Amino acid sequence: MTAKTSTRSRDVLGTSALRPDGVAKVTGEFSFSSDMRAENMLWGATLRSPHPYARITSIDTTKALLIAGVHAIITAEDVPGKLTYGLISSDQPVFAKDVVRYMGEPIAAVAADHPETCRRALAAIVVEYEVMTPLVDAELAILPTTPPIHPDGNLIRHQRIIHGDSNATAEIIVEGNYTIGMQDQAFLGLEAAMAFPDPGAQGVELHIATQWLHEDRGQIAACLNLPENNVRLVLGGVGGAFGAREDISLQVHCCLLALRTGRPIKMQYSREESFFGHVHRHPATVWMRHHANRSGKIVKIEARMVFDGGAYTSTSPAVLINGITHTQGPYQCDNAVVDGYAVRTNNPPCGAMRGFGVVQACFAHEGQMDKIAEACGISPVEVRLVNAMHTGDKIITGQTMESVAPVERCIRETDAIPLPPPMPDLVDALELPGGSGLTAERKNIVRGIGWGVSMKNLMYSEGFDDYATARCTLSNGVASLKFATSEVGQGFVTLAPQIARSVLGVDQVVQEVSDTQIGSAGSTSASRQTWMSGGAVDGACRLVRERMFEHIGKLHNIDPIRLLIDGTDVVDSIGDFRISVVDATEGVTFSETFEHHHRKTEDLDENGQGNCHVAFAFVAHRAVVDVDCDLGLVKVVQIATAQDVGKVLNPLSALGQLEGGIAQGLGLAVMEEIVLENGKVRNPSFTDYLLPTALDAPTVVAVMIEEPEPQAPLGAKGIGEPPCISVTPAIVAAIRAATGKALLRVPVRPQDICL
Amino acid sequence: MTTDHQMYTLNINGAERPVKDSWIGESLLYVLRERLDLPGSKGACEQGECGSCTVLLDGDAVCSCLVMAATAVDSTITTVEGLLADTVIGDTARVISDVQAAFVTEGAVQCGFCTPGLIVAVHHLLEHNPSPSDIEVKEAISGNICRCTGYGRIFAAVNAVIETRKKSK
Repeated sequence: MTAKTSTRSRDVLGTSALRPDGVAKVTGEFSFSSDMRAENMLWGATLRSPHPYARITSIDTTKALLIAGVHAIITAEDVPGKLTYGLISSDQPVFAKDVVRYMGEPIAAVAADHPETCRRALAAIVVEYEVMTPLVDAELAILPTTPPIHPDGNLIRHQRIIHGDSNATAEIIVEGNYTIGMQDQAFLGLEAAMAFPDPGAQGVELHIATQWLHEDRGQIAACLNLPENNVRLVLGGVGGAFGAREDISLQVHCCLLALRTGRPIKMQYSREESFFGHVHRHPATVWMRHHANRSGKIVKIEARMVFDGGAYTSTSPAVLINGITHTQGPYQCDNAVVDGYAVRTNNPPCGAMRGFGVVQACFAHEGQMDKIAEACGISPVEVRLVNAMHTGDKIITGQTMESVAPVERCIRETDAIPLPPPMPDLVDALELPGGSGLTAERKNIVRGIGWGVSMKNLMYSEGFDDYATARCTLSNGVASLKFATSEVGQGFVTLAPQIARSVLGVDQVVQEVSDTQIGSAGSTSASRQTWMSGGAVDGACRLVRERMFEHIGKLHNIDPIRLLIDGTDVVDSIGDFRISVVDATEGVTFSETFEHHHRKTEDLDENGQGNCHVAFAFVAHRAVVDVDCDLGLVKVVQIATAQDVGKVLNPLSALGQLEGGIAQGLGLAVMEEIVLENGKVRNPSFTDYLLPTALDAPTVVAVMIEEPEPQAPLGAKGIGEPPCISVTPAIVAAIRAATGKALLRVPVRPQDICL
Repeated sequence: MTTDHQMYTLNINGAERPVKDSWIGESLLYVLRERLDLPGSKGACEQGECGSCTVLLDGDAVCSCLVMAATAVDSTITTVEGLLADTVIGDTARVISDVQAAFVTEGAVQCGFCTPGLIVAVHHLLEHNPSPSDIEVKEAISGNICRCTGYGRIFAAVNAVIETRKKSK
């Protein structure tokens, strides 16, 4: 009989390793970018336009400069380099000079000794405007006869897709006009940065909460007219991102003030300013017409999508392409005619948000699937199974679906999750729709069930090589990892050491500072870091392992090819040699850098054909809601979901992504919208922009479908975006089922239900 | 600022902390973070909606962004930095509060910005109601917005603390 020995399980891939920054975050010791302080620092603040569209006739900073404690005020005239920035097109001014094109556009920035001094200085800057009528209608912006609001014109991008037989039709034809409101990422950790000027103003070091250090650096250096090497970026602690930190916000302003004053500058936005300081999810209108046969099988899809990009380009061209190339959703479709527009208006600029164009397409195609089901007399589950996409199918861009595509499994396993018990007759009022408002009555509550299924591309598209870089150094049994990957909360800092432990057999892993002192990691977006930066860390660790095996092989006269890692030891696979990694690396150092590139993609041609995407992931959601139809109040009771994840690398982290994404999709379904009135934002606060709270959180029952993705370095697909995409249409479908209302717009507001 | 300089003392985490050179209008959140080197309390909405700045003021959970610091001179203030540390986390030598430990082990932390406020709110809840129902937990932390987790792992963490405290009695 062998005595059982309890050994601590190692935090390798597949375990719920805990966050290495967890203790610091629960104790308050973790340094977010807004927590930074420096000797001799000044505060920076931004003056913004109150008008959506106006000519600036004069800017007078004289009075503001006289305020005690004010050290500098800068405007467009003080930008030494490029006057504009932008992710895809450099069309957004660092400071507006002659024209402001959206409410909240920066005009000047001030450096002072106290945030209150900054506020007073901003109030003392006199700007004269000649207010113009804003262009706020995206359809008007498409018309060539509408005067351009920007030298680059109002049409940011137009792209069509023509696939298969344009004239194909079938017995069942359903159509709908769908509208998606403007959602805010609403990360909790507001924009914040600290810039340290080099002596002589020849360079600057910026500590910044961002999604992509290297992209920021390129744009900042151009505006500062400094060589990129003189602009060093260090990742500040990031309090969530969800797409809103992909664009430049305060980066250039903060550096300019630091270089001007020769002192460290701290900038942080207020919540109100944050609503103006970053891009939002594109509001969109989507028309779709599906042709299907009597069994519900899709024959052709026609669609037209219009994305309102707001005043500047940001990532609108890519968002548009994501939208139109996901017209079909996770369903087979041989024939399609799609027209898509991304346009410029005087609304707030829109860009990346979790789901990136696919959220808008999915809300429409899922509404259409339910219409087909109804027309054919089949269930929402049947219509989705009949059409489910499989690996090897051609999608409407002509690209072959090479990713593992377990769409049927996602649907069936979601369907197999038990429904919640019916609401009891006696129920705590807090459990009713409207919660603590205590206005709903049990007898008026109707329950509804709805479905949503989605497909989401992973990584960047259309020929973009968004590679990731990592370095691994192994010495004395300790692995040290270096990468520029932005940890924004998603947990890459948990995953990277798991990879190193699995590959190298080490227990101790040190992560160096994320900064620009190594190659790019690409953006923490597009569900890409586990795949891309994970692939880079894996690659670097594997190279180091090879070096270690060569070293051991030479010392012990063993062919390195026979060596492998067993737990924390290196063993000879066909002999009895065994040495711990700690002992094997004593006094030696191996260091390797690896770049992970995904496979090449292509541009779309004029008919929207081309292998433009890298890979795809799928998910199904089933929503159960309770609705008070008289009051228009909704409570989401349960979300059942089965998600195609490839491989689970950390079960606890993965579940957190699924639950968190679901809450954001719930927000878009029933509460979150930036309300605009003639280009003006009416609700830039957490009092008026409603976010899901603990009382709004549904029970989530999640199944992870593990079918390893052959293309992915770790077999794992990105899992960040899919959770928030099809949950929105699932919830709206459930409300439709409960109310009988058409509900073609999100968020669904009380008046959409009860009036 | 060169006007309205004041000097007063706050009782924070059991210590008397003099506040110098403060402008009289500064919020408790600002004074904690910028003058007393206690950046654990976070600011995310400035209007008492998100709960990230939650501290205990004479035992009540309040949003420190809504409290003028100078009005708290006669109060006892506890911040996330001052919670009772009695639990060893994992195999580290680190001792933190049971709520803090549960947040780490149950996956209730992602970006972590809402976390300190939530930790204080949960301590406050369990101090006053050691065995809350699910809906009471939800109600108690509904003033703390978390954008990352969807709250599922936060509920799990609170339930873990409730169970552990019951067992240890």
